[in-house]
Amino acid sequence: MRVLAAMSGGVDSAVAAARAVAAGHDVVGVHLALSARPGTLRTGSRGCCTVEDAHDARRAADVLGIPFYVWDFAERFAEGVVDDFVAEYAAGRTPNPCLRCNERIKFSALLDKALALGFDAVCTGHYARLGPDGLLRRAVDADKDQSYVLAVLTADRLAHALFPVGDTPKAGIRAEAEERGLAVAHKPDSHDICFIPSGDTRAFLAARLGATPGPLVDDESGEVLGSHAGVHGFTVGQRHGLGLDRPAADGRPRYVLGIEPVSGTVRVGARERLAVTGLVGERPVWTGAAPTGPVECVAQVRAHGGLAPAVASLDGDALVVELRTPLEGVAPGQAVVLYRPDPAGDVVLGSATITRACRSWDP
Amino acid sequence: MTYLDHAATTPMVAESVAAMSEALTTLGNASSLHSSGRRARRVVEESREAIAAALGARPSEVVFTTGGTESDNLAVKGMYWARRAADPARRRVLASAVEHHAVLDAVQWLAEHEGAEVTWLEVDGFGRVHADTLAAAIAENPDDVALVSVMWANNEVGTVNPVRELAEVAARHGIPLHTDAVQAVGTLPVDFRAAGAAALTLTGHKLGGPYGAGVLLLGRDVPCAPILHGGGQERDVRSGTLDVPAIVGLAAAVTEAVAHAPRRAAELTALRDDLVRRLTAVVPDAVLNGDPGQSTVDDGPSRLPGNAHFSFPDCEGDSLLMLLDANGIECSTGSACTAGVAQPSHVLLAMGVNQRLARGSLRFSLGHTSTAADVDAVLAAIGPVVARARSAGLAGLRRG
Repeated sequence: MRVLAAMSGGVDSAVAAARAVAAGHDVVGVHLALSARPGTLRTGSRGCCTVEDAHDARRAADVLGIPFYVWDFAERFAEGVVDDFVAEYAAGRTPNPCLRCNERIKFSALLDKALALGFDAVCTGHYARLGPDGLLRRAVDADKDQSYVLAVLTADRLAHALFPVGDTPKAGIRAEAEERGLAVAHKPDSHDICFIPSGDTRAFLAARLGATPGPLVDDESGEVLGSHAGVHGFTVGQRHGLGLDRPAADGRPRYVLGIEPVSGTVRVGARERLAVTGLVGERPVWTGAAPTGPVECVAQVRAHGGLAPAVASLDGDALVVELRTPLEGVAPGQAVVLYRPDPAGDVVLGSATITRACRSWDP
Repeated sequence: MTYLDHAATTPMVAESVAAMSEALTTLGNASSLHSSGRRARRVVEESREAIAAALGARPSEVVFTTGGTESDNLAVKGMYWARRAADPARRRVLASAVEHHAVLDAVQWLAEHEGAEVTWLEVDGFGRVHADTLAAAIAENPDDVALVSVMWANNEVGTVNPVRELAEVAARHGIPLHTDAVQAVGTLPVDFRAAGAAALTLTGHKLGGPYGAGVLLLGRDVPCAPILHGGGQERDVRSGTLDVPAIVGLAAAVTEAVAHAPRRAAELTALRDDLVRRLTAVVPDAVLNGDPGQSTVDDGPSRLPGNAHFSFPDCEGDSLLMLLDANGIECSTGSACTAGVAQPSHVLLAMGVNQRLARGSLRFSLGHTSTAADVDAVLAAIGPVVARARSAGLAGLRRG
């Protein structure tokens, strides 16, 4: 196969490319330049596409003996991921930019370009398994599993994807990188959102959205407890940074329960009011055929944690998910990903973007 | 392999390799006073004389540097500082908008750190600076101009500038003109005295010499402050132990290149015209950027003989480059930055080419090892490559 290896400059994508080469594929390495603010490419920005990361990717490609190029996807990334990220927060939702990047950049713009240029597949360093059966499964390394952010991919996209590192724990990947002579073997993992290298998401959003003050309201009593600088500072389930100057009457901590972007109202309350028993998602995506009836599954509502047994069904264009056990911190804008438990690795069935959480289920 | 990126770097000629190899095993610091030193110095001075003779300069006007970037920086910054020191009113730098980054960024740096004011000289649709554009820019206030910098021939689109005419306009007001002739030496008739320039940049590895060796031709009476301070080896304008082997290799290459320039220009022009004619027949909507190269400027061709620069509508340059590379054909998208990302060329944008079209550009540059078979190889590959790149489209751009 002709394989385009997306190489971020990190250890996972370097080993993924190495494994594609070892499997006998004809591999070309590409580093995606995702930031094009004037000056940053010349002087070196921190984050997703530093000159250093491009250099590390290039050096890995040298070691593997494959051609290497840097492709500029900055405009598409700005439009499809960064602008979307800001707009989602402004609308009171909590987006997952990695998921959007996979959906709109890596397995859309990049894959389309690769296929048009004569490649058969795009290979990345994501921790997930994609076997000959075409099913997308969780990675062997549960801590590193990234199947959640890949669950937006449809079968025709997955048919052209390779995730060569999903069958190995992270420590094994690092050891293999070392064995293969890849200098990135001990490069630290990236944790932050790549386009917010400071890690200060609130400051990033405030700089783009400005101050849009609104009230903090007690969910139970309706009492206005204080004010805030903008709904983009909040995520459902958030406890810290509410800016309340006095404790609740019952002395217990309060959490963000809901965000109403039009009025700018942030509703807060006690932890037990966070529990949701069902949710509704829009734009469902299926890794295989769409289900015709209710599906018994496990639902996951954020990138790490947030799992519950559930029953999912389609209602027109909407996905309706009934949770068998309540979940906390279900934030609109996040994805709900449906898994089918499997001893060989839980299988991703599909996903949708959460639009609404229901605190008491009423069929 | 078909190497058509001679404007990036061209293979060393045998004369240069031989001369340099011999010098590499010969001991001697050209500044030392003993026999070994004197021998090294003699070789340096012979090299200086050879380069001066080849380019219509005096030996004392040859300042050895590490290459084009250093020569450009020395000329732009050094002449600016010297002219401003003589008269604080002289703070304006006039430079063309299509200069190489070594000039462009040096000028920009003077503006940001040394109080320079910049007048970017506009170019026409071919990327050429006209004498009346320069005259008008000077006329705004002839007394505040520190220097003018206009390249001899453009490294991307190959258009040749009327340097003699431009230097004349500047000289009328006693203003020195620097010209970056990195691409010109070896194919165009370059005569420093006849051109009337105050300073001229050339570099070894673009004309069959070694990397890391260049010259700034600097008129005897042209004041220029140094960037590098130290032993003052080169007229006190440039310090640093002279790199004898590199200088010897450079002189051999310059001598060879200039001696064969007329024949080489004719050969390259024929190959280039064949490439342009046949490529535009295969890809009818390909646009040749820059001067068509069918007229003359200062008694030489109006376009670099080995340069063919095209834009391919609805293609991305990096797709084209990768597909040609996979077919064993090496060329360039024009200008690259440190991360290796092809940015839309400032040269094309200054010429009025729209950003979208600019991104789909390729430069084929022929040189002394190019053959008709190289042109045939491009022609055999280019049709399917463009079709495929076009289907991949402009995937990195906004869809709207």
